[in-house]
Amino acid sequence: MDAHISLTVNGKPREADVEPRRMLVQLLREDFDLTGTHIGCDTSQCGACTVTVDGRAVKSCTMLAVQADGGTVTTIEGMATEAGLHPLQAAFWEHHGLQCGFCTPGMIMAAADLLSRTTEPTDEQIRHAIEGNFCRCTGYQNIVIAIRAAAKVMRDGVAAPSTAVQGGM
Amino acid sequence: MTIDMLGKRVKRVEDQRLITGKGRYVDDIKLQSMVYCAILRSPYAHANIRSIDTSVARGMPGVLDVMIGADIPYNPLPMAWPAGGSAGLQNNVNMPRALATDSVKWTGEGVAAVIAETPEQAFDALEGIAVDWEPLPTVVDAEKATEPGAPQLHENAPNNIVFDWTVGDKAGAAAAIDGAEVVVRQRVVNQRLIPNPMEVRGDIGWYNPGTDEYTIWMSSQTPHIQRILLAIFVMGIPEHKLRCISPDVGGAFGTKIFCYADYVVVLHASKRLGGRPVKWIESRRENYQSTIHGRDHITYLEIAGSRDGEVSAIRVKTFANLGGRLSTIGPGIPTTLYARVLSGCYKIPNVFAEVVGVYTNTVFVDAYRGAGRPEATYVVERAMDLFAGEIGMDPAELRRRNFIAPDKFPYENPSGLGTASGGAKIYIDSGNYEPAMDKALKMAGYADMAKAKSEARTRGKYLGVGLSSYLEVCGVAPSKWIGAVGEGWGAAMWESANIKVHLTGKTVVTVGTQPQGQGHETTYAQIVGHELGIPMEDIVVQHSDTQGTPFGYGSYGSRTSSVGSTAAIKAAGKIREKARRYAAHMLEASVEDIEVEGAEYRVKGSPDKKKTFQEIAFALDLAFDAPEGMEPYLDETAYYDTPNCTWPFGTHVAIVEIDEATGHVDLVRYVAVDDVGNKINPMIVDGQLHGGIAQGVGQALWEGAVYADDGQLLSGSMLDYAVPRAAWFPHLELDETVTPSPVNPIGVKGVGEAGAIASTAAVANAVNDALKPFGIRHLDMPLTPQKVWHAMQSSKGAQA
Repeated sequence: MDAHISLTVNGKPREADVEPRRMLVQLLREDFDLTGTHIGCDTSQCGACTVTVDGRAVKSCTMLAVQADGGTVTTIEGMATEAGLHPLQAAFWEHHGLQCGFCTPGMIMAAADLLSRTTEPTDEQIRHAIEGNFCRCTGYQNIVIAIRAAAKVMRDGVAAPSTAVQGGM
Repeated sequence: MTIDMLGKRVKRVEDQRLITGKGRYVDDIKLQSMVYCAILRSPYAHANIRSIDTSVARGMPGVLDVMIGADIPYNPLPMAWPAGGSAGLQNNVNMPRALATDSVKWTGEGVAAVIAETPEQAFDALEGIAVDWEPLPTVVDAEKATEPGAPQLHENAPNNIVFDWTVGDKAGAAAAIDGAEVVVRQRVVNQRLIPNPMEVRGDIGWYNPGTDEYTIWMSSQTPHIQRILLAIFVMGIPEHKLRCISPDVGGAFGTKIFCYADYVVVLHASKRLGGRPVKWIESRRENYQSTIHGRDHITYLEIAGSRDGEVSAIRVKTFANLGGRLSTIGPGIPTTLYARVLSGCYKIPNVFAEVVGVYTNTVFVDAYRGAGRPEATYVVERAMDLFAGEIGMDPAELRRRNFIAPDKFPYENPSGLGTASGGAKIYIDSGNYEPAMDKALKMAGYADMAKAKSEARTRGKYLGVGLSSYLEVCGVAPSKWIGAVGEGWGAAMWESANIKVHLTGKTVVTVGTQPQGQGHETTYAQIVGHELGIPMEDIVVQHSDTQGTPFGYGSYGSRTSSVGSTAAIKAAGKIREKARRYAAHMLEASVEDIEVEGAEYRVKGSPDKKKTFQEIAFALDLAFDAPEGMEPYLDETAYYDTPNCTWPFGTHVAIVEIDEATGHVDLVRYVAVDDVGNKINPMIVDGQLHGGIAQGVGQALWEGAVYADDGQLLSGSMLDYAVPRAAWFPHLELDETVTPSPVNPIGVKGVGEAGAIASTAAVANAVNDALKPFGIRHLDMPLTPQKVWHAMQSSKGAQA
């Protein structure tokens, strides 16, 4: 027996009829074609599925779609605006905070949650905040640097000088 | 004037789609009328299949087809690298089939497949398949499996032995050891690991009944190789009728190199359905049971030398666990890629290794980041520390005394690849080990370690420092070695690149390599931009589709920067040469008088007589005025066979603190000085080192695939397998020395695996150093709090 749900996803009102057992990540990826949110495990460890629901980071593989009824969901696809990339996205790019990119959407959403609560986190706080997000490529080093850099931009609107150069798109 | 981007920290081209959630991994792909496959896997580690009844499953909602092994009439998966190549060394080969037919040899081996309209329906229908199993005795330990009385897995492999391979000078090593002043012996275990890329494996198989052609999307490192293996060796379909596509690949670390059973299942399932695309994506738990594991060596090492620190011999016997059936190149990893660098960066004159490959009731083992070289580095670097301890010498001093001197290169290491077929010299290309070690020691404050240890004791901590001076061999591989009878896999490992310059100078580079996070869309553009003097924005790099890219061997073994780049440089050279000839035609000069600077082609001595690369491309692509004998268009392909491997090196220093009360090991500092030659993009190089180091540290301190004796995988999910987390690492401190490689034009050595190769030994040495006050000589990995605490308590009891 399907349940009818209504929610806001990346600023747009969405509706769906879902089986009660359907997870939020399946709703997003399969029903709404928002495939930026990824599935990396089956035991809620890896965090690749992290989105925000009502402003808080949630592992969407462990939340039922029906639980998101009436809620406001933001995924990686909702982070950039007409003005451009979100400072976190820009910082991950600037500081080589991603390699294969599979953990990246979840990592950025978890970082967004941290920075909404702590505007000047220490490296220790950053590392603790992303303990629920696995990365196998980067060793986390540049992810921490990127989050730190994004925090600075979000605080005072100015990026720290970087050593990276733009090659081309 | 276009800025030259080669060697610069260029932001990556591929990031734009990845940071906005617009990447396209195989599970993101949806095709019209696509259906879903679920595979029934054996719950037993060793069993005969008496019968399989799929009748109930067939009638369940949404089920379109159910297959068992007998429904898939193809050959078993191929063995592409038996140990000892084709020299005649006996390899007792047993390969998986698409679905097992008579028996299963590990928990998780697939025996049936359900195809249904939705993934949930496919999964639900697995319950409707009844298998009549006859459980058999199991063995999971490689050493025990070779002992008399152990359960036998395969009739053709007495004592479960796949091969018994040796390399080096047996008599010389024996004489050196027998005559040595000091001999140190130790049993060391390099534990089994589960690689855990963040994206698990998956495929979509699609048969086109209109053209009798197949397409498969696969999260793979080797689409071109898979096309050959699947079409020619397994399915017997015409190889020009199979197209393999790797979309974005979410990490691999070796696991996605091989030919897997599910490729055959989805392709055949699609054909049986008359052409509906069939998608199979493994769950993480399924990945742990159907995708390769790494490492799993048991080694008896002997290191011998003089009391004043001259090491004269290293000898090992290694039991290499290869799993229940073999993976595509499983035997090559613990043989060639392990034992041929067993003397590391040292001038040890006598080396001998015996490697026994063994079947056990476990998942198959194959290349995982470093593929044999982490295992070799762990052996030789633990051995050096044990030897130093025995003679009472500082471990850094012992290494210094035994390094190969910088004027000895190219250096032929004993047990090395040596002189291969046709006289090709596979020697260590270049090296300068002492400065890298000195830099690392200085960064780490090595001289102050005694003081640091005392200070740590006041806080209830035991501090330890560990070195790993590593040499690795990568940039695989020269055909004269890898294709040679007696050693390699009877094929080659060159690389390819095609460059097409279109009307407006926009350039498309297609390559035979295959990225899984290494940034090839950026690095190749940096190189071609440098070669042709054009901006990176005008270059697009395409890869991973066998339709539209030249044949290549994929990416693994840290080969793309050395071999792939050089193919691109050669292709660019052909483009430049043709452009030069056409410039001469346009400028009415002779070809010898045309000089090229960046994108400018001008007549020597007449700087006003010039054409840009873009002007030449426009004219040549239209070619209404081509000179006699010149074909239209700027389109060149190059294939490049590297003459040698490349040999990165360096020294890493790990500093740990062990908590006296809990045994918890804290990695407080990690210093890495690496020499990877010249660097195409230093930012990407650092990223590769960070990731490799993290994986190697993971092996030393936390990770380990654990089997119960009955073959059940106890570390069966991410709940139990310790994938390392951000909070567990310090900030890694990197520096470099630069010794260019003479093997390729850019002078790169490659870096994808170096971090993982060095780091395990550094951390293990550090922990063992910290435990010296307890009289503990050697503790196997992972050095978990439980293990360390027990060791400390036991020794206290012994000393009490």
